[in-house]
Order: sequence, then C-alpha cells, then structure tokens
Amino acid sequence: MKRRVLLQGSMVYGALGVAASTGLLAPSFVLAEWPQSSFDAKELNDALNSLFGSNDYITSDKIHIKAPDIAENGAVVPVTVSTTIKNTEAMAVLVEKNPAPLTASFDLGKTAQSFISTRVKMGKTSPVLVIVKADGKLYGASKVVKVTIGGCGG
Amino acid sequence: MARKSIRIRAKAKRDTIEVKALLTHSMETGLRKNRKTGDKIPAHFIKEVNCEHNGKTVLRAKWGVAVSKNPYLSFKINGGTKGDKIKISWSDNQGKSATAEVSVK
Repeated sequence: MKRRVLLQGSMVYGALGVAASTGLLAPSFVLAEWPQSSFDAKELNDALNSLFGSNDYITSDKIHIKAPDIAENGAVVPVTVSTTIKNTEAMAVLVEKNPAPLTASFDLGKTAQSFISTRVKMGKTSPVLVIVKADGKLYGASKVVKVTIGGCGG
Repeated sequence: MARKSIRIRAKAKRDTIEVKALLTHSMETGLRKNRKTGDKIPAHFIKEVNCEHNGKTVLRAKWGVAVSKNPYLSFKINGGTKGDKIKISWSDNQGKSATAEVSVK
C-alpha cells in the first residue's frame, strides 16, 4: 500500500515536471502547495499578504466583475471575472465579509484567457474583491453584492 | 453512485475553446451542524482543480470552502479546435479525487 502511494506521489511530481518544462506553467506555481494559511486568514490583508506576498494593489478599471447586485441565495452567487490587463498570471476572488475572505484563486497558463466564471458562497452583503496578478504587480477591483439570505450555513 | 462527478461541455468558437464544467461535490464548510446530533459536519471541499488542454495544464484553481456546492467553473482557452481534449481533475481535503476528459465539439 505504501509503495503504491509512493508511486502515485512520484507520478504526480513527474507530470508537474513535464508541465513545467513545456513552458506552459510559470515556475512560480508548478510546485505551489495549497495555500493553507491564505485560505485560513480571517482578515483580508492577511489573506492577500499570505497569497501574494503583498496587500498592496492598484485599483484598475480593466478588471470586470459580473455578479448580481442582489444575490437571491447567498449559497450560490455567480461571479464572472475577466480582465484586459496583459500578462495576467493569476486571479483571486475574495469575499471581504466572509469568515475567511479568500474564496478561490486561479493560476492561468499562457493559453488561458483572463476569464473565469464560478459560483461562491457569501455569508452577508459584502464587497467581492478580485485581485489580478500580472507582471509581478497586483491590480484589484471590487463590487458590492447584497445578500438577503446568507450562504455560509453557520 | 453511477452519476458522473464531472460534467464538461467544451465548444470551439473560431480558435477559442470555451469550457463549462459542473463538478459534483458537497463543498461542506465545516460550519454546518447536524440538526439531530448538534455535531458539526466536517469540512469536505475541493482544494485543487487542474484543467488540461491536449495534455498540457492551462488552468489550476485553488479553492476554499466558500466555493458553492456542486461547483460550476467556466474558462476559455486560446488556440484550440474541435477534437482537442479537455481534461479536468480535482482533489479534495479528504484525499478524494476525480477526473474526466472530453473532446471539444
């Protein structure tokens, strides 16, 4: 059983190695572990510092957030983020007033468009902050989504 | 359950591939309580999603508990065509994982 786990583990790293050598993944996120402390962070700045090494971002009107003005159901809030900022490496979605703001982060390969659509849980009315990392810099935009029935289940 | 845990729709539009996926997962936050026993239902959520186009990773997502139950994910790839392969894999905090692959239509 241990040998099988060891082989499976080594196969995963082998696959990542191949992906890295083809150049479609920037080295910074090839071996990136799931960022526990970023997802655990209860304060927005702590989450940003943990995930990106900085909480300093430039507000940009080149980031587009499509989300409802009023969410019918806080458990399922559709959020579509896109940006025209060039050389986007990563995008992150943070729901500022959730117990832990960091909701999702996306590392984009070179052929991926800067476009992500997903659905998130919101505990209450909150700004939804989208951070874009491009050329080593952070850009951000925010939209307030009103929530009538909270979706964290707490 | 025989139901597919990852449904993928991948369409080529000119030379862009638009992918829409629906993953089956409870995405438990760990904050909900069992109404009968009062115990907290343990957190069970997808941590990582890997998306490949013809065998090369194009998108890696890292998720926390606040992604909705039965997560929806849509993304777009430049430079693809009908017949290309799209593969999506996920792994969760309890060591479970799943993968599915489709051809672009």
